[in-house]
Order: sequence, then C-alpha cells, then structure tokens
Amino acid sequence: MASPLLSLRKINKSFGPVHVLKNVDFDAYAGKVTALVGDNGAGKSTLIKCIAGIYTPETGEFIFEGNKVTIAGPRDATALGIEIVYQDLALCDNLDIVHNMFLGREEKSGITLNESTMESMAKKTLDGLSVRTVKSIRQKVASLSGGQRQTVAIARAVLWNSKVVILDEPTAALGVAQTEQVLKLVRQLADNGLAVIVISHNLNDVFQVADNIAAMYLGTMAAQVEKNSVTQNDVVRLITTGSSDAIAGAKK
Amino acid sequence: MSEQITIEKSLRDWWSKVKAGQVGALPAILGLVVLCLVFGSMSSVFLTPGNFANLLTQAAAVTVIAMGLIFVLLLGEIDLSAGYAAGVCGAILVIMITEMDYAWYIAFPVSILGGVVLGAFIGYLVAQLKIPSFVVTLATFLAFQGLLLLLVGEGGTIRIEDPVILAVENKNLSVSASWIFFFVTAGAYVLSGLWKFSKRRRAGLVDSLFKFWVIKTIGLIVIGVAATSALTVERSNNPELVSLRGIPYVVPVILVLLVGATFVLTRTSYGLHIYAVGGNAEAARRAGINVKMVRITAFMICSGFAAVAGMIFVSRANSISPTTGGSSTLLYAVGAAVIGGTSLFGGKGKVSDAILGGLVVAVIDNGMALLGYPAGIKFMVTGAVLLISATIDAVSRRGASAG
Ligand SMILES: Nc1ncnc2c1ncn2[C@@H]1O[C@H](COP(=O)(O)OP(=O)(O)OP(=O)(O)O)[C@@H](O)[C@H]1O
Ligand SMILES: [Mg+2]
Repeated sequence: MASPLLSLRKINKSFGPVHVLKNVDFDAYAGKVTALVGDNGAGKSTLIKCIAGIYTPETGEFIFEGNKVTIAGPRDATALGIEIVYQDLALCDNLDIVHNMFLGREEKSGITLNESTMESMAKKTLDGLSVRTVKSIRQKVASLSGGQRQTVAIARAVLWNSKVVILDEPTAALGVAQTEQVLKLVRQLADNGLAVIVISHNLNDVFQVADNIAAMYLGTMAAQVEKNSVTQNDVVRLITTGSSDAIAGAKK
Repeated sequence: MSEQITIEKSLRDWWSKVKAGQVGALPAILGLVVLCLVFGSMSSVFLTPGNFANLLTQAAAVTVIAMGLIFVLLLGEIDLSAGYAAGVCGAILVIMITEMDYAWYIAFPVSILGGVVLGAFIGYLVAQLKIPSFVVTLATFLAFQGLLLLLVGEGGTIRIEDPVILAVENKNLSVSASWIFFFVTAGAYVLSGLWKFSKRRRAGLVDSLFKFWVIKTIGLIVIGVAATSALTVERSNNPELVSLRGIPYVVPVILVLLVGATFVLTRTSYGLHIYAVGGNAEAARRAGINVKMVRITAFMICSGFAAVAGMIFVSRANSISPTTGGSSTLLYAVGAAVIGGTSLFGGKGKVSDAILGGLVVAVIDNGMALLGYPAGIKFMVTGAVLLISATIDAVSRRGASAG
C-alpha cells in the first residue's frame, strides 16, 4: 500500500484522570475511505477531534504528507486541508445552500459579498460530487431533506480543496435511500483523491464503502485492517473484545 | 411564448417561497391596503394629501427604532429599552444645543455616539455575561427612563430652536426637489437591480426571479409617482399665508437609513453573519464567526438607530420631555418589525419590514383617531394586528420546518 497521507503515532489524550486515548496509531490514505469503528465511548469522537485540532493530545505525533506537523487548533487543521463534518451538521436553516457552504469564508469583492463567484464555485463543487438532487442552490437549507443536508455539509467540507475529510456518523439519521445516496457521495470523495475518514456504527455501511477499517476498543486501537482481509464477524470481535488474535490481516 | 413561461415560473417560484414559510411582505401589504380602503371609506380626511404627509411624519420615529431593532431581532434577541434609548439620546441632543450652544452637526453625532455606547453596554452584558437580553433590557428600560428623567428634570421639558433639527419633521423639500429626489431614488433602484442581474447573467447564472423583480419595480415606481404627486399638491388651508407642499425632510432621512442598513444586511459578510447567528449560533461559531462580536455590534446598531429616532422625536415635539420614547413607543416599534414580517424567533427579517410595519401601525393610529375612537380601542386593535402577525410568523415557521 502507498504511504499514508495522514498518520497518527502513539497519541495519548486524557480528560483529568480519565485516560481516553492510549497510544493510538491511525493511518488515513489518499483516495481511500477509512472507517473508524468501536463501541460507544471507545474514543472515536475524541480521536477525530484531536485530528481536527479541537483537542490537543498530551503526547503523540502527527505525520502529514510525510512531514511531522503540529495541530494546535482548528485553524492548523484547516490550513493543512483537514475538514470535519459534524454529526449534527451545524447548518443554518435560514440561509441558502451557497451561503451555508461559504459561511465564515465568504468570497468578497471589496466589502461586498461576491455572490456570483460563490454561486459558481458552489455549483462546480456540487457537480464535481455528482450531486443532482437539489433543485436550486439558492434554496434555503430548511427545505432540504436529511440526505440533502448531509450533502451540503459534505460539499462545504470539500469546497476548499481539502485533502482529508472526516465524517462523524454521516448516515445515522437517514433512511435507506438517503443512506445509499450519502454512501455514494462518500465513495465519490475518495475517488476524487481525498483521504476520507468515516465514523460509523453500521457495519453494513462500513463494509459497503470502506477500504480500511480501524477498530477502537476502550481507548486503544485494536487493529487497523484492510476490509478485504476480514469478515464482519472479525470486526464485531475486534469491537467487543479488542482482540485481533484471530485476524490474519491485522498489523497491530 | 417563452416570456409567458418565465413569468409563470417566477410567480410559481415566489409562491412556493410563500408556502415554504417565507411569506415575506405579502400579509403586511395586504393589511395596509385593506386598512387604507376601510379608513378611506369611513373618513373623508384619511385619504387627503395633508393627512398622508402627517402620517409619514407620525410614523417616522417608531419606524427608525424598528429598523434598528431588526438587527437585534434577527439574532433572536430583543431590546426593550430602545424607546428610552431614543429619549436619552434626544436629551443629549437638546441639552447640547439649547443649554450648551453646540451646533447641530456636533450635537447630533455625539447623541448617536451616546446611543452606540448604551448599545455596547447592553451587548456586552448579553454576549459576554450571557444574561438573556429580555432581562438586561428590562433593566436598562428602567435605567434609561431614570437617566432621561435626571437629564431633563422632573416634570420639565427643554425646548429646542435649532432650525435644522426642527426642519426634519416640520419642513418639506421644494416641489422640484421632491421630484428630483423621486427620480434619483427610482433611477438608482432600477440601475442597481439591473446591474445585479446583468452581473449574474455574465457569470452564467440563470435567474427566474428577474421577471418578478420587473413587476415589483414597476409597482414600486407607480406607488412612488402617486406618493410624490400627492405630496407635491398644496396642502395648506391658507396657501397665501403659508404654503405647504413637498416631501417631508424625514422621508429622505429614512431612505438613507434604509439603503445603508439594507446594504449592510444583504451585501456584506457582517450581514450574512447576523443571519447565521440568528439561524444557528453554534453553526456560526464552528464556521469561525465571532459570535460575541456580532451580538455586541447588533445592539450598538440598534441603539444608534434609536438615537436618530430620538432626534426625530425632538424635531416633532420641538422639545424633549421625561416621557419622550416612553409609553407605547417600544411596543409599537417591535410591533412594526413583526407586522412587517420580521420573526421574533430570529434569523428572518429585512430592514424594509420596519417601513411597512411602521406604516401599518401609524395608519391604525391615525385612522382610528380620525374616526374618533378612544385610545383604548386603538391599542386593542393594534394589539390584535400584532397578534395576527405573530401568528403568521409562528405558523409559517412551522410550515418551513415541516417542509
Ligand atoms: N470532554 C470530555 N471530558 C471528559 N471525558 C470525556 C470528554 N469527552 C469524552 N470523554 C470520555 O471519553 C470517552 C470516549 O468518548 P468518545 O466521545 O470519544 O467516544 P465515541 O467512541 O465517540 O463514542 P460514541 O460512539 O458513543 O460516539 C468516553 O468515556 C467519554 O466519557
Ligand atoms: Mg462519538
């Protein structure tokens, strides 16, 4: 396999006396979807918040494109091209799709908003993701379905030529058809060359869309394996016991 | 033939917007038309040019307070003390001019600065200490009332004789200046609209709303011509002694505020951030917006507008009194914003809502007084209209989230 775009080595993070991440290693590859799985409280959200610069780990290394980097805050992560799509999406219902995609990073000419540039860029991004389901990109986000909202949140994340996109449970609240649509979009991101990290509790989704699976167990990385080398049962065992003994592909 | 289709399509787009909870100005416009027809048929005075001019000067101060309030309402906050902020700033203006002999062009900016400081104080308490704005401004409502009383002195009024300040509510543009004002305004409106659409077309973006804009613009121009014609008719009972014609000076004052505030809200990123914070403050924060700064500045803008309203109050009454900006002022201003279509839930509204709503409130006030109804009935009718508007707001909001 090619060398990873982003590597985490021996990450430790505590909240007061609670040791939440214990020597966690993690790799994400350009053009691949890496699924991050684990039971409730395993530390998945904490790990991606470390990547996004929201938390700073006490010890550990970040290696990005082969170089050691420090991520001391959200701005550092953004500067590296790391974008995160939160589980609750964080969109403004009263704004249209274009304004939501550019919120906080508006295109301006002088002091005025450059609406036509923003609209064209938004259109290009959505087209690049093969999104055809939204009627008008000037429509308010309030009028969109759950899947479409997820699409807008993802489009917002890839608008900035980002290199790593992290999605926290992108299909948790969606029905069958919309889940399908979002998974296709996730696949599309990776096919466009991004490193995609997806947190999910749904192993069917994981096996459908992921190339690699990283399983966490009580704050440790139980194993990071290629999807093709494991079965769903193997992953269930990893999640519930943390034991990778029986798995051939494990490279713990 | 394709023309037909695009008109139909833009109307349909607009109607789907209405149904999606973005009812916009429609209820207020309908209400205004109905009220004018009713009062016009019941009173012979109501639809006269003299009363029309009177209505505009009557509505002016409350409308300006409402324009400022919209910045705060867009955040889902409220400023109950905006009325007395107008009073305090009016007092600063009068005291500086009458008692300290400053020129109006010194005193007026200072009074606005005073308003901005009051707003910064409120905004700091709301944004930094996270006290609900309802509570903070209830306290400042009392405090500003007290401050006004201290400045003016109990039971007293202070007169103002500055001709410029008095002209705002009591003098009119000359007839030719009135028409020049109309043509410049209409021309600027049409050109800026055409420029916007042509820019979009050049960028390869299609616009189904263009035809709708044309219809709206024609409607506005017709109204503008009618209003300017009515206002340039002689309305003095005794024209040989004193002629009374032309657009009241307060109209261009309000127009400047309207254009400025609308520009800020719709064309700048600061305006977009106000809508964003009102829609979803957490999303705005994660998008890197300085939510605290947005909150504080919105309250500063609100009180700054209140200071302008204070000047208008002073001009209309020729004096300042301890009750200037009190009694129903603030409630009328909030009513005007909501009746115009601004949501009390935040995130939805336009500065022009204040104009429309301010006119509705003034028409009820003026019409019912002409018909000889007691103040009690007037308040109850205004309350009922406000309730209807709030209902439309709540229902359309539900429609939006259900869709
Ligand atoms: N800010 C915090 N302060 C203290 N403890 C925390 C904090 N955030 C997370 N934790 C703890 O860290 C552990 C891991 O939490 P985390 O949210 O990363 O789990 P998760 O794998 O995302 O779980 P889920 O699948 O339920 O989202 C939990 O035991 C949690 O209680
Ligand atoms: Mg989580």
